[in-house]
Amino acid sequence: MTVYNHPYKDVEFLFSELLDFDRMCQEAGLEDINQELVSAILDEAGRLGTEVIAPLNAIGDRNGATLGEDGVQETPGFADAYRQYVDSGWPSLTAGETYGGQGMPKLVGAAVAEIWQSSSLAFSLCPLLTGGAIEAIAAHGSDELKETYLPDMVSGQWTATMNLTESAAGSDLAAVASRAVPEGDHYLISGQKIFISWGDHQMAENIIHLVLARLPNAPGGVKGISLFLVPKFLLDENGRPGQRNDVYCVSLEHKLGIHASPTCVMNFGDNGGAVGYLVGEPHNGLAAMFTMMNDARQGTGMQGLSLSERSYQQALEYAKERLQGTRSDGTRYPIIEFPDVRRMLMMMKSATEAMRGLAYKAAAEIDLSHWAKDPREARRHAERTSLYTPIVKGWITELAQEITSLGIQVHGGMGYVEETGSAQHFRDARITTIYEGTTGIQGLDLVGRKILANKGEILRDLLDEIEVTADAMSADDSLAGQASALKQAVDNGREARAWLLDHAAENRDVAGGVSVNFMLLMGYICGGWVMGQAALKACSLLAGDGGNESFLRAKRVTAQFYSDHLLPRVGSHLATVKAGADSIMALDVEQF
Amino acid sequence: MKILVGIKRVVDYNVRIRVLSDGSGVDTDGVKMSVNPFDEIALEEALRIRDAGNAEEVIVVSAGGDECQQQLRTGLAMGADRAIQIQTSADLQPLSTARAFLKIIEREDPGLVLLGKQAIDDDNSQTAQMLAALWDRPQATFASKLELDGQSATVTREVDAGLETIEVDLPAVISVDLRLNEPRFVKLPDIMKAKRKPLDVIPLEELGVAAEGNLEVGHYAPPPQREKGIMVEDAAQLVEELKNRGLI
Ligand SMILES: Cc1cc2nc3c(=O)[nH]c(=O)nc-3n(C[C@H](O)[C@H](O)[C@H](O)COP(=O)(O)OP(=O)(O)OC[C@H]3O[C@@H](n4cnc5c(N)ncnc54)[C@H](O)[C@@H]3O)c2cc1C
Ligand SMILES: Cc1cc2nc3c(=O)[nH]c(=O)nc-3n(C[C@H](O)[C@H](O)[C@H](O)COP(=O)(O)OP(=O)(O)OC[C@H]3O[C@@H](n4cnc5c(N)ncnc54)[C@H](O)[C@@H]3O)c2cc1C
Repeated sequence: MTVYNHPYKDVEFLFSELLDFDRMCQEAGLEDINQELVSAILDEAGRLGTEVIAPLNAIGDRNGATLGEDGVQETPGFADAYRQYVDSGWPSLTAGETYGGQGMPKLVGAAVAEIWQSSSLAFSLCPLLTGGAIEAIAAHGSDELKETYLPDMVSGQWTATMNLTESAAGSDLAAVASRAVPEGDHYLISGQKIFISWGDHQMAENIIHLVLARLPNAPGGVKGISLFLVPKFLLDENGRPGQRNDVYCVSLEHKLGIHASPTCVMNFGDNGGAVGYLVGEPHNGLAAMFTMMNDARQGTGMQGLSLSERSYQQALEYAKERLQGTRSDGTRYPIIEFPDVRRMLMMMKSATEAMRGLAYKAAAEIDLSHWAKDPREARRHAERTSLYTPIVKGWITELAQEITSLGIQVHGGMGYVEETGSAQHFRDARITTIYEGTTGIQGLDLVGRKILANKGEILRDLLDEIEVTADAMSADDSLAGQASALKQAVDNGREARAWLLDHAAENRDVAGGVSVNFMLLMGYICGGWVMGQAALKACSLLAGDGGNESFLRAKRVTAQFYSDHLLPRVGSHLATVKAGADSIMALDVEQF
Repeated sequence: MKILVGIKRVVDYNVRIRVLSDGSGVDTDGVKMSVNPFDEIALEEALRIRDAGNAEEVIVVSAGGDECQQQLRTGLAMGADRAIQIQTSADLQPLSTARAFLKIIEREDPGLVLLGKQAIDDDNSQTAQMLAALWDRPQATFASKLELDGQSATVTREVDAGLETIEVDLPAVISVDLRLNEPRFVKLPDIMKAKRKPLDVIPLEELGVAAEGNLEVGHYAPPPQREKGIMVEDAAQLVEELKNRGLI
């Protein structure tokens, strides 16, 4: 079995040095919140993660959720762990105070989510989805819906799901066909949803489904979809779960990873119609979902980081123990002594730290966009957030595939057999590039909505800001090499941007053809940026006498490694972007 | 009744200890620090006693630098009512700690003092015993079960031969063992509340206690590497092997 320990040193370094968390909170007027409090929170979350949730990860992989007479039965031990999670108050972390939440910043939510996701991604999805539903209802629901449903969701007594996908409507939600017919004070919902995570289970006394469906005579396409709240159990006159609603899980998918997260086919209205309540305006359901898009997509990026971290911890442990080299005197030594194993571990370490830097920076940007008092400032933070989001989601989850694969490689043959648990992280990571918008969709979002739509202005500002870091680094002799590498990466980014703005109009395949490479290029640049900032901070702390010397020295080396091994990928993505879509699209479909 | 609980800041039990190369101590640079696990058990017991209506107040006390306030806050988040830091930059030896705690006892007049049976850093297991002697009150060490009734406590102790049950008059000093209870997980809202609970800082000098030590530490060294074991067929062979090694 593999142990998980929260990487608190790196997290605290990010909060204090890269994000200046205390100042962030002060400027926002949050007097009660500071880094000391966050450390205490992360400490306790780390304890619950390590002691209660992480040990269930492998159990869940081998004993996934099952479907029986009474619906879905989750993995043994999950209900107990969920009870402890609820009793300790974790579901309320970031929810608003009106309904019993603690109102903590998104950034703190992200840092705590990293712990649950590293502990067990499958487990963490249940509270994650509930958190998303709480936000959707809080932002768009009527006061009555909020008062009726939110307190028990915020406390974690009830969980929630997101019912978007149908067999004909995955990436293309315009094709949603589920129907909602008004009846008295509610609606009757019918249709089938697929791939619904945690669509049913026995851990909570009620499950609140948020469902996309069409009203009668709704316009076609995305502008005719409405959002409904459909409880598993209808509430009685005291507001407690009573009569069973007409929504059932009819089958579970067998899948590559996250076995303990039930992926349900949900049938609504097989027996006359599931009672549902409209959330927000009619026909405006997708817009309601989109208001949570940054959170949900960045949250999925965090999952890539979390699994990379867990895979790294396990590989490191193994590399220190596995004896494979033999010295001349016949004694054997561990594989961590081999340069190539070091290379793999450094890849894992530097990529994970870069992912964390970017993911936390992006989460902080969401907070800043909410806190800024000056509307222009608020807009700037919101635009930056929307630029980061597809990079965080797309780049981190794609890189996580490579990192969790390296985790297996470090284990040699034992990585490929299931016994060690390394393979699970690789299999679990595979979903992260698919749900919440595939990598292809992230690329399109970045290139289309986030770059071309504003003529690349938001991106230009970001690249300028990264150059400021590169300039600051070049003032320090020991960072001169890294500085010029980052400067070069920024220039590459500018070249890619200019190329895109010049060529996108040529034909519609150009943007679609280059988009994923563009997104990855930006990911590696942003990773180089946060590692550069970390190196700068580490240098200045080392020059003074602040901080933990061995950690700071390691940070500098890790940043150097990133610069040597990962940052050069920017150049290769640039070459591919500039090759355009010609060789991508030249074959006729029949020629394949 | 008030219950006083001692809390020590120690290297987290998950951390693999590294001895400094000059043998002067263990490396605590950037190492994760936590509440001594036995003290956590002592606090959990105190909270249960209070919540069952058998005490009014639980006070956590720690002697150390300001960084130990972090552990006191953890104690407050677990549910203690208030905290006292005996402020000192010195690395107190058990006798000094016991003397300082006695001063706090004189101020607070607790009906029960609960301590961990030992701290996992130096593993001294002395403070509780010394404190009871200085205070001239009964002691019960290594408690794995604790029942209060009125003026006395019935304590089941873990001893080499198994379990021993004794009765002590209160006030008393009781040091707790691993199996007494399982400490709770801290609740998120309680972490926030802990920030607002009182934490008094009293400099060691103000208590009139000197930080002098009567023990001298020679040097620290890591334990020798474990040698590879052998599998024995039966008891006879085991005895044979032990004899061969001159162990019996
Ligand atoms: C384990 C699991 C859990 C899930 N949980 C939920 C859930 O809780 N709730 C929910 O509603 N859904 C859930 N989903 C559904 C998930 O969001 C979809 O699978 C995802 O949106 C992709 O849709 P699809 O599967 O229909 O793939 P498709 O849309 O058919 O995509 C197939 C391929 O085509 C590409 N593609 C499609 N359209 C475009 C385009 N316009 N441009 C470029 N490329 C394109 C995609 O990138 C992909 O490579 C889950 C899925 C899985 C597997
Ligand atoms: C499904 C499967 C089928 C197999 N089939 C067979 C079979 O039919 N017959 C058979 O004999 N074996 C078989 N094997 C064993 C396979 O060949 C070994 O797993 C492989 O050689 C790696 O050795 P290892 O697992 O001991 O890993 P290790 O040697 O422990 O390697 C662990 C890590 O250390 C690295 N490493 C080790 N030594 C060095 C070095 N000197 N320099 C740099 N890096 C180093 C490795 O690259 C790896 O990343 C099979 C294994 C599997 C998983």
